[in-house]
Amino acid sequence: MTIEDVQKDIIDEFSMFDNWEDRYQYMIDLGKSLPLIDPKFKTEDHIIKGCQSKVWVHADMDDDKVKFTADSDAIITKGIIAILIRVFSNQHPKAIIEANTDFIDQIGLKEHLSPTRANGLVSMIKQLKMYAIAYQTQLN
Amino acid sequence: MNLVKEHAAFDVETIRKDFPILKRKINGKPLVYFDNAATSQTPQQVIDVIVDYYSNYNANIHRGVHSLSQEATDAYEQSRQKIQKHFNAAHSHEIIFTSGTTHGINLVASGFSSLLKVGDEILVSALEHHSNIVPWQMLCERTGAELKVIPMNEAGELILSEFDALLNENTKLVFVNHISNALGTINPIEYIIEKAHAYGAAVLVDGAQSCPHLKPDVQKLNVDFYVCSAHKICGPTGIGMLYGKEKWLKALPPYQGGGEMIAEVTFEKTSYADLPHKFEAGTPNVCGGIAFGAALDYMNAIGFNAIAKYEQELLSYATGKLSEIEGMKIYGTAKEKTSVISFNVGNIHPYDIGTILDKMGIAVRTGHHCAQPIMDYYQIPGTIRASFMFYNTKEEIDVFIAALKKAIMMLS
Repeated sequence: MTIEDVQKDIIDEFSMFDNWEDRYQYMIDLGKSLPLIDPKFKTEDHIIKGCQSKVWVHADMDDDKVKFTADSDAIITKGIIAILIRVFSNQHPKAIIEANTDFIDQIGLKEHLSPTRANGLVSMIKQLKMYAIAYQTQLN
Repeated sequence: MNLVKEHAAFDVETIRKDFPILKRKINGKPLVYFDNAATSQTPQQVIDVIVDYYSNYNANIHRGVHSLSQEATDAYEQSRQKIQKHFNAAHSHEIIFTSGTTHGINLVASGFSSLLKVGDEILVSALEHHSNIVPWQMLCERTGAELKVIPMNEAGELILSEFDALLNENTKLVFVNHISNALGTINPIEYIIEKAHAYGAAVLVDGAQSCPHLKPDVQKLNVDFYVCSAHKICGPTGIGMLYGKEKWLKALPPYQGGGEMIAEVTFEKTSYADLPHKFEAGTPNVCGGIAFGAALDYMNAIGFNAIAKYEQELLSYATGKLSEIEGMKIYGTAKEKTSVISFNVGNIHPYDIGTILDKMGIAVRTGHHCAQPIMDYYQIPGTIRASFMFYNTKEEIDVFIAALKKAIMMLS
């Protein structure tokens, strides 16, 4: 599946909910399916810096595809990073770098893009793309 | 007797009509604003003063000969006198307008760089906001003085016997907040000031969290410096005040150079203006200064005794309701505290609860509240903090409690 296909699936899933409670409940459930980071990578240098909740992300490359694992100490953040990893994991670094992330707006999570949300989506997306850029450099 | 009389006249529904923002809906729900310790809301009376200033007499002050400049200067200086009266300072030139509490603390810390030497000691309390820790660390780095910490107990109270033990002839400065922003503890500053003075140390009290709830009398307290921000007292952001005893303000060098703060300038030497202008370089926040005075007028018209009594009712009502929730842990259980409640529920992250409460229109603060040493003491990443002002109601607390229960259910 391409990144666009995965995003489309997520948009379809979220469109079934007509209230915020169900949307957040679904996100919390998605958090439970997060591919968890190996505890040995839960170190300071795997933390995405922020002042509210902690997020650890690790990346590996296998067969020219980047695979992400992560964890967070907050459940909602775990849901958010799970959605992002579902979109970006098992993709070619170039596709990750070029991916557009407008789908966030369409699933009603725009408020998490606010700069006041330290650990918000913006720094998570940036970090995932940074990994992709690093792996793309290796491929070149 | 007086207390009861003022409270009888206190009508929260009438007061709420003064605050246009309280009519707002957030995510389709009526706003419940419980983030007052971060910033208070602004009544129409103060908004009107701001609009009037920019509509009718906006001008630069102190030097203009034209009418607008004189009107603006008069209003600005009248406001300084209102602040003087409110805090019962001996002179209006002991009131320095600042951009806020942090600015006031930095001004004093910077001034003391030339007065301290290696071997001198500075005491700060374990309950401080980062803005009352970092400037002193920087001061110690510049001067070689040593920073020592007055510890706190599990309830969030300063351990006074430890404070007594830390005081000695080398203690030059003591910094403590009147009320802790993270826990709401009211510190025994009278005791701290008296003891510190016995060793010749100067005391700066951070009043950012006290001024919304009580009326400090700086002469009665005999405090050397007292700082606060207008935006916590129903005024605008970007304005605050530093009270300093005349003898200290005369002893400290100017903080910033520029216009307003000079008497005479040649390329060889500049002589500085008298107080308070020595510390007010550049064009000040004229409108903010005037609105600050208006905010104090507003608060005084309601009456601080009535405010304190009502807020204590809110605190005790909310504390009781929260305590009924399973897994509830309240941080800061000092006997003397204001209407601030810091808490966590079970192992749920404060960020998760804050996010869900926001969906239901409730504004609380989550995180370390710029007081990481306190969070380290309790070994937690942060708390949820609900803080009440006199315009909040028990009905709002009920809405908050119901929303909190729903959040806990979703997150467990």
